[in-house]
Amino acid sequence: MEKGHAATYDEVQKIHPLYFNIVKKRYWWFGLSLLIIIPGIISLFMQGLNLGIDFKGGTMLDVTFSKAVTQAAITDTMKSVGLEGPVQLSNANTNTLIRTSALEETKRNELLTALETKVGTYDKKALQEDKVGPAMGQELTKNAFYALIIAMGLMIAYITIRFEFVFAISGIIALLHDVLVVVGIFSLFRWEVDSTFVAAILTIFGYSINDTVVIFDRIRENATKMKRTESYEDMVDMSVWQTMRRSINTVMTVLIALLSVFIFGGESTRIFSLAMLIGVFSGAYSSIFNASQILVEIKTHLKKKPRSKAVRA
Amino acid sequence: MRRGNIIKLVALVLLVAAAVALSIKPLVDPVKGIPLGLDLRGGVHLVLQAEQDKNGTPITSDDIDKAKAIISNRVNDLGVSEPIVQADYDKKRIVVDLAGVTDPDKAVAILKTTAKLTFRNPQGNIVLQGDELKDARAGQDTTKAGGFVVNLTFSSAGTKNFADLTTKYVGQQISIYLDDKLLKNPKVETPILNGQAEIDNYATLEAAANDAVLMRSGSLPVSMSIAEKRQVGASLGIDSLHKSIQAGLYGLIFIFLFMLIFYHLPGVVADFSLIVYGLIVLWAFCLFRVVLTLPGIAGFILTIGMAVDFNIIIYERVKEEIRAGKSLRAGVESGFSRAFVTVIDAHVTTFIAAMTLYTFGTGSIRGFALTLGIGIIASLFTAITFTRLVLRLTVGINPKINTKWFGVRREV
Repeated sequence: MEKGHAATYDEVQKIHPLYFNIVKKRYWWFGLSLLIIIPGIISLFMQGLNLGIDFKGGTMLDVTFSKAVTQAAITDTMKSVGLEGPVQLSNANTNTLIRTSALEETKRNELLTALETKVGTYDKKALQEDKVGPAMGQELTKNAFYALIIAMGLMIAYITIRFEFVFAISGIIALLHDVLVVVGIFSLFRWEVDSTFVAAILTIFGYSINDTVVIFDRIRENATKMKRTESYEDMVDMSVWQTMRRSINTVMTVLIALLSVFIFGGESTRIFSLAMLIGVFSGAYSSIFNASQILVEIKTHLKKKPRSKAVRA
Repeated sequence: MRRGNIIKLVALVLLVAAAVALSIKPLVDPVKGIPLGLDLRGGVHLVLQAEQDKNGTPITSDDIDKAKAIISNRVNDLGVSEPIVQADYDKKRIVVDLAGVTDPDKAVAILKTTAKLTFRNPQGNIVLQGDELKDARAGQDTTKAGGFVVNLTFSSAGTKNFADLTTKYVGQQISIYLDDKLLKNPKVETPILNGQAEIDNYATLEAAANDAVLMRSGSLPVSMSIAEKRQVGASLGIDSLHKSIQAGLYGLIFIFLFMLIFYHLPGVVADFSLIVYGLIVLWAFCLFRVVLTLPGIAGFILTIGMAVDFNIIIYERVKEEIRAGKSLRAGVESGFSRAFVTVIDAHVTTFIAAMTLYTFGTGSIRGFALTLGIGIIASLFTAITFTRLVLRLTVGINPKINTKWFGVRREV
């Protein structure tokens, strides 16, 4: 299988002008990760996520009026048909985003007619409406949860078959890290999450492990050539640095793609691209700084207790 | 060898350029091109939930089948291209996707109406149901100028029942209801034996036509509530489409530049492969009728970023091999075969995520998962066949090609 030979540890250190021993400083990286994750987890427990109607159920109407309108006019009109909910104005006060409970068709038509007569005419071709019944929202949450568990199980299985169980566990921990970073940040900043957020989380799940696997692949390759005198830590450090260019450049291209979606893609894909941006960035960080270091940590502990070697797949 | 390679390369470039030029028109064709989802061209997505009646009679799969057939009939009457009507038997639901529908409000009103046509006696009891109807057509009122009517034709059994009914209630009023809406309350003058009836007093032909559609398609066996509704105005959809295309173009341009700056000559090869990749994916969407949604486009742009990954893995590997003292050609060959294992392992995991998302997702999320999945397969395919070929040809032009073109510094 092996045909060429990659740069040696000494060479690696010379090629990269910014070289430093990543593996030795691993507790710093773990600390840095915890510094971001822990406030996120606390926020999750304290205030949860700012769930959009996709999860909670409700009706969201995006109405573009022909003239500027006021918040009070909209709220009063809603009150007149017995409704309430937050209203957001944008686009020089012509665009209103109305959120309320899930409306029946008759109620919804009543509201729209009232808006037209009391507030002003609106562009029917630019109307956007999302209605989600409460039951649908629960289903989405449930399905998202199942999907995460199943994806996780399948990935552990795949990595265990292709590498070792220890690799799978390290990879999954790094993955959970990325998910927690994204979910935590969304909770901290109270950014509203919708169904595309679920897609983003799952994609991060799939994509971040991709990065990790490339580094693991190198560790697997180097491990077979390891001499008795060399330490596992140094070998992992070398592997991480050998794949450093690739790790950074790949993430750069994906970030470029995501940034263009975030900036130019419009409102509907903003939550998705924002979650992905954070996730891919965190994924690159955890692949380089966490996954292999967790692997080293587990391996060193296993060495102390030789009996646990049975874990090896 | 050298000249042969140059000719082959030039031919390949021309071939791809021609393929791009010839693909644009069929791909954006509104009918046969890539189908656009309702969030990109306006329309409405409905999830209709079958509701149990007050007696708690269980809803059978047969009911759902019947409801689906009736809703399909009504949808076809709306004149929407490529409507989607799907039944979910487990959850007793019918999912309707109407992309490009001109009047979504009307569509929703027509689809969710149970449309039970009943004839009631003066005491208000139901004496005849609309199931016995053969046809219902809107037309002009022949007796009164400017009025519109719905002409009913009963089936043979219905004709007999209607005849019995009108005989029994001569001189009395029979009311005709559509669901709970009273349509007409006529006094029976003489028994009607020919199975023809007329409901008049419609103000517009459209109102008459709407009711005719409902009566003709028959009543839903169960009442339906709207569990989910996503409605996007047409101009909003077009706006989203333009924004997404813009986002895609910018993403592509910056990725192109990035690869050129960091990888020089192989960067050009990567960019070239990216065009081929994009072409393959778009044709796959078109041929497999994958409906492109907004998250789907985001997914596609994302896969452009990821498709380059294969090139990066290989080029980094090739650089390493060259640094280790191999010739360019040997470096490319061994780099390719070694990087291949890495790429497979790395992409299988993303593919797993895409597949789970597809299985558990609904609506536009599924569209995203599908684009992601197709993107991964297409990028693997492009890399194995096309990138490899072009890279071989390029290296073959001159084995002593300056390694600087590959972005390798040989100071080690």
